[in-house]
Order: sequence, then structure tokens, then C-alpha cells
Amino acid sequence: MSSSSVEYHKKELPSKVRTIGTALFAAGLIIVALGYVTDPVRSAYNNIVGLTFLISVGVGSLFLLALEYVAGAVWSTPFRRVTEFLAANIYLIPLIAIPLLLNVNTVFHWTHPDPADKTMINKAPYLNVTFFIVRVVAFWLLWLGFYYFISKNSVKQDASRDQSLSKLNIKLSTIFIPIFAITISFAAIDWLMSLSPKWFSTIFGVYYFSGTVLAALAAGTIFIVLLNEKGYFVKGLSSDHYYSLGALLFAFTNFWAYIAFSQYLLIWYANLPEETIWFIARWQGSWKFISVGLVFVHFVIPYFGLLSQPSKMNPKRLLTMSAWILFAHYYDLYWMTMPNFGKDGVVLGWMELGFPLLIAGLIMLVFNFKAKSQNLVPIGDPKLKRGIDFRL
Amino acid sequence: MSGKILYSYTGIFDTPDQIIHAAEKAVEEGYTKYDVNTPYPVHGMDEAMKLKPSKLGYVALIFGLSGTLSALLTIWWMSAINYPIVIGGKPLFSFPAYVPIMFEVTVLSAAIMTVVAMLFFFFKLPNNSHPLHGTVYMKKVSADKYGISIQADDPKFSESSVRKFLESVHAAEIIPIYWDEEEINHQNKIFEPKFIVFLAAVALITSGVTYFSFNKLMYMVPFNWMMDQPKLSAQQSSPIFTDGFGMRQPVAGTVARGYMPYQFKGQSDIAGAKLINPIPVSKESLALGKTKFDIYCSPCHGYNADGASRLRGQFPNPPSLHSDKVRTWTDGRIFAVITEGQNIMPSYSSQLSVDERWAVINYIRALQRALNAKESDVQ
Repeated sequence: MSSSSVEYHKKELPSKVRTIGTALFAAGLIIVALGYVTDPVRSAYNNIVGLTFLISVGVGSLFLLALEYVAGAVWSTPFRRVTEFLAANIYLIPLIAIPLLLNVNTVFHWTHPDPADKTMINKAPYLNVTFFIVRVVAFWLLWLGFYYFISKNSVKQDASRDQSLSKLNIKLSTIFIPIFAITISFAAIDWLMSLSPKWFSTIFGVYYFSGTVLAALAAGTIFIVLLNEKGYFVKGLSSDHYYSLGALLFAFTNFWAYIAFSQYLLIWYANLPEETIWFIARWQGSWKFISVGLVFVHFVIPYFGLLSQPSKMNPKRLLTMSAWILFAHYYDLYWMTMPNFGKDGVVLGWMELGFPLLIAGLIMLVFNFKAKSQNLVPIGDPKLKRGIDFRL
Repeated sequence: MSGKILYSYTGIFDTPDQIIHAAEKAVEEGYTKYDVNTPYPVHGMDEAMKLKPSKLGYVALIFGLSGTLSALLTIWWMSAINYPIVIGGKPLFSFPAYVPIMFEVTVLSAAIMTVVAMLFFFFKLPNNSHPLHGTVYMKKVSADKYGISIQADDPKFSESSVRKFLESVHAAEIIPIYWDEEEINHQNKIFEPKFIVFLAAVALITSGVTYFSFNKLMYMVPFNWMMDQPKLSAQQSSPIFTDGFGMRQPVAGTVARGYMPYQFKGQSDIAGAKLINPIPVSKESLALGKTKFDIYCSPCHGYNADGASRLRGQFPNPPSLHSDKVRTWTDGRIFAVITEGQNIMPSYSSQLSVDERWAVINYIRALQRALNAKESDVQ
């Protein structure tokens, strides 16, 4: 059946998306600016949380996009544009990264190693400012390049209905996925693990990857459910689509817990000082509560929230759990980053609010901007009709 | 068809869309005792038949959670209560170490019980006969057709109306299914010869493969490489050290923690003069001494230390410990005998720790006092 038989009338997003997005962005920007004036070091640490969160949503979405092409997934095609719009946040990574790169010396202690410290001197060939910036830029260009071509082909297909564009995107995605695996692991090491430069965990890249996919899925699900309930997509999307999204969220919640626990168990069992130091830092003072809270926020609550079959199909529950999981990922990044700043106890105040608001606003604005110029449904995709008819 | 009882009317369809339509209509007509048979699970059939979600998920949930709980309680009781051993300096109740086991038991118990419940509770397993078995209808719907079977015991059933209904939904073929008294009470044998042979074959193959892999395969290249490991075993020589010994002597001039070497080797009189019993007489010390005395000393010296033991007569008679000689010995002198042995008696230093030896001595003193009580003891 030709995809032209799918009826789609483009509806403009309500203006409140832009209004709320701008308000959040402005509020976030003011708090971040004030934060950088009053306490640049603390703000720089917050900046890392914000930046890694944006990478999670942007690059994670690009990964989901590539996954759909590589796996030949049909069910996610009707709302693939949402994932594409979220991946557009890759453009904004430099915006959040530049203030951080200006403060690179205050946050990353490996930038000024003690010459007597042999470990740090041995790590210097990898951990030095020049190579760090080279990596940051190279990774960003790689992500941006793949995003640019994949989304360009996808948009072009809306008008031309050319099936060879799908094939081209499958090829691009196949190349992208191994590149993604390597870049996201090294990005995790660069931005998060090197905050405590003597500590190492071989599973850390996978740990960040699990959170990345979860965040991208959750952010996508929020938009998909909201837009579908208000009728912005084509007719015929059923609870089976919701169920699949919920099942993926549930699966990656478990995957995250599995990886997080693997990391903890091995370090706890071996009890080597150079490894346990990271968890001990997260057990100091009130950090203990944040650490224990992570288990509940990131695993127990989403697990039971999405366990039953009806809960994955119920749009309201799915929306709540997606928002919660997005929050949980921010919480996770906060837990990884901030104990490097506040060593005695939890650091939480108005300054920590800046980046979440700023990034939430940015994501909404980017989405709104993209939705203006592009269709919300990839109407030229040959898989669209089958995607709409998808039943479990 | 006389003597036969009508079981159901069945309709056969050519496409999945038709069977879904037929199921929807059957619900509309109000039939309750009907079933649909298809060669594969047809999507949307649950909805068309208005089936409630299966309760099997609850079985998995309940048995999964009870698996988690029983694993937790079992490991906790075993490793923190019944046989507490400190492993790797971890607390006796080390929750992180329990998690993998709890997870495994959860999955195992949920999976096994789900299958068991499905087979025996939902599928009613020992019941292995059904009127539809062996019919033309079943042959067709298990190959390439889709069928609906409306049972005769449905309250709305009547031959004409059901026939009309099946015609109205465009059944390609309508077949009535009959059965007789004998068939109603018929049960297929569970232990058919074929099944027994199958079981025996499975047992034979499993045990054969197991035998082969454990007794033959493990000794073949490359699996036997695992037997040759570059590690040091106790009592083995080692090329690493110049003296060729694998096991090492303690560093000269050092003493292991918590271990005091015996200083009076071959000098039992000096030991008797210089060693002082550091363990005060107490209920615990006497209890420990009695336990150890009964195990290690009583076979020769007798339970009452009077030399009346089951070995009497087989060896040079073991002496009574109530002699004046032993009674006037100091604790240290007895300690020397236990540690080094005397005459035919061997050393007990490897069986009894230093503290246990002193406890045994306390107990011997108590036995001696019991036979030679002083005036003051009576009062």
C-alpha cells in the first residue's frame, strides 16, 4: 500500500509551547548567570550536570533514530519526527559546553597535575586540556554530522517519497551505531569520570549509556503522548504503540539498574581503595541519603510504576513515569557530579535550579522551532502505513 | 449418528479477518460457551472475544516475590545465623552479595511456577482428551484454516440458530461435532509406551552426554589445558625460589599474630616452675575444659581421670591423674606434658590451642578436687 494513503494534516503547535519554553529558558538563564557571578566553581559543576543531560537527550535520541533504521522498526515510524526533533539538541551542545570549557581548570583537577604524583603524570597523555578539547569538538562534529545527514534525508523524503533515502539512512545508521558506542563511552569518561581523575570503573561508559537511552526515550515519550492525545499525529495510533514505548522504558530501567548494581557490587566486593573512593565520597554526610534515594528514584519507583501491562498502555501513567524517569536521570547525573564539589554533604539550592530550567526551556524551544518548519509525521516514509497499523 | 451426542457446531473460515469478525459477532449474539481455533495467535482476538487478561501474571508476581523473599531469608539465616563466617572482611549480613542470588531465585521460581501453573492449572494438564481431538475440523484449523466452535451446552444454543449464525458470518464450511458416552469418559493414557520410550531416550542421552563431557571431553585438548595452571599448590616445588621449595618459612625472628611459641621445649621442670595458668577458673573455662578433656584425654585417662578407660589393658596402663605426683605438679608442669607429650603419650599441641590446654588443666584440677576434697570444700 502506498504511503500517500495516510491522511495527515499538519497542525501548528499551540503557542504556549513557545511561551513556556521561553519562560523556562529565561528563568534558567538568569539563575545560571547569577550563579556564575556568585559561585563560578559550583556553577561549573552544575554546568556539567546540565551538559551531560543535554547530551543524553540529544545524542540518545540520535541513537534511537539510528536504531529504528538499523532494526527496521516499523512501530516507531509514525512518531519518529519527535525523536528527530529531540536529536536536534545536538546543535546546542556547544552553547552549554563553552562556559564549562572556560572553567575547565576549576572543575577538572587533572588540568594541573602535581609533578610528584606519578599516577596523574602517567595519565597526562590522555587527560590534558588540548586533547580534551580535541575530543570534545571531534565527538560533537561526529554527532552533528550524522544528525544532519540522517534528518536531512528523512525530511527530504516527505516531499520526494524516495525509498532510496531510507536505504541511505540505514547505511548511515549502521556506521553511526559503533561510532556512538565509542564516543558516548569516552564522553562519559571525559565529562563525568575524569571529575575524580584517579578513580576508574570499566563499566562507566555503559552506565552512562543506559541513562542516556532512558533519558532520550523518556523525553520522546512525553512529547509523543502529549501530541498524540491532542491529535497532532495521524489517526490510528493505538495503545500498542504506548505499550511498546512503556516496555522499552521499563526494559532500560532494568538495564540501568543491572549496570549500576554490577558497578557497585564489583567495587564493593573487591574493596580496593582506589575504586571504593568514589562510593565513599557518595556516602559522606548527607550524600548518603542521595545515594540511597537513587535506588528508589531511578529503579524502584519506575519499576513498579511500569510493571503491569495496563500501566504501560495508560497515557497518563506513561506520561507521569516518563517525566519521573527524566527527573531520575538528572538526579543520577547530579549524584555523579556534585559530590566532587560538596565533599561534606548535599549541595542543593537555587543555583542547582538554573540548568534544569534552562535545558527544559531549550528542548521545548528547539522542538517548537523544528515543528514549525517540518511535518510532525514522516509522511514520505514507506514504513509509515505499517507503523500506524502496528498491533502487538 | 444415532447414539451420538452433539458436542458443538463448528464453522471454518479462510482468513484471519473473517474469524475476528465471526468472534465479534458471536459475542454480540450472546454465546458464552464457544472457542476459536487458529493455526497461530491472531492479533486482536482477545479484544474480539472480549477475553479478560490472563491471571497468569499474578502467579509470576506472587512466586517471583516469594522467591526473592525466601532467597533473602535463606542466605541471611545460613550466613549470619546458623554458620557465621566472615568472608573478605564483610559483615555477616552483606546485602549486596545477596542481590544476585535473590535475583536468580526470583527468576527461577517465577519461571518454573508460571509454567507449572500454566500447564496444570490453566491447561488442566492430566486431562488430555477433548471432543475436538481427531476431528476434521481440528485438522483444518491446525493447518491453514480458522475455526470457531460453538458448544451445544451454551444456553443460547439451538442447531438451527447456530447454523444460521454461522451462515450469516460467511463460514466456508459448517461441521457438527458429535461424541458418545464412551468418548466423554475417555482419558488417554499418560504412560503410553511411546512416551516411556521417549523418557528413557532422554535419560539415556542426557546421562551419556554428561558422562562423556565430564569423563572424556575434559581430558581432551584444549579442555585439559585448564588442569595445568601456573599456580603454586601446597607441598609443591617452585622454580621461583632458589631453594626450590614452594612453601615458605616464616621470616626469621618473627612471630605470627595471636601465636606464642612454646619456649620450654624439653625443659618440663623449668616450664613447671615458670609457666602460670593465665585462665581463671570460671564456668565457661570448666565447660570448655570438660569438652576438650572428654574428646582428647578421656580415651586413655578415663572420664574421671582415674585411668579407667576403654583402652585399659591394651596398652601400658595409662596413669591416673589423681596420683600425688600429678596433684602436686604445678599447672605449668601439666601444660608441658600436654604440649610435648610424655612416654607413650604424644603431643597434643596441634589438637588443643594454648587457651584450651589451660582450660583442660582447670578441669583436671576440678576432677582432682572431687576425689580429694578438702575439709573446707565440704563446708
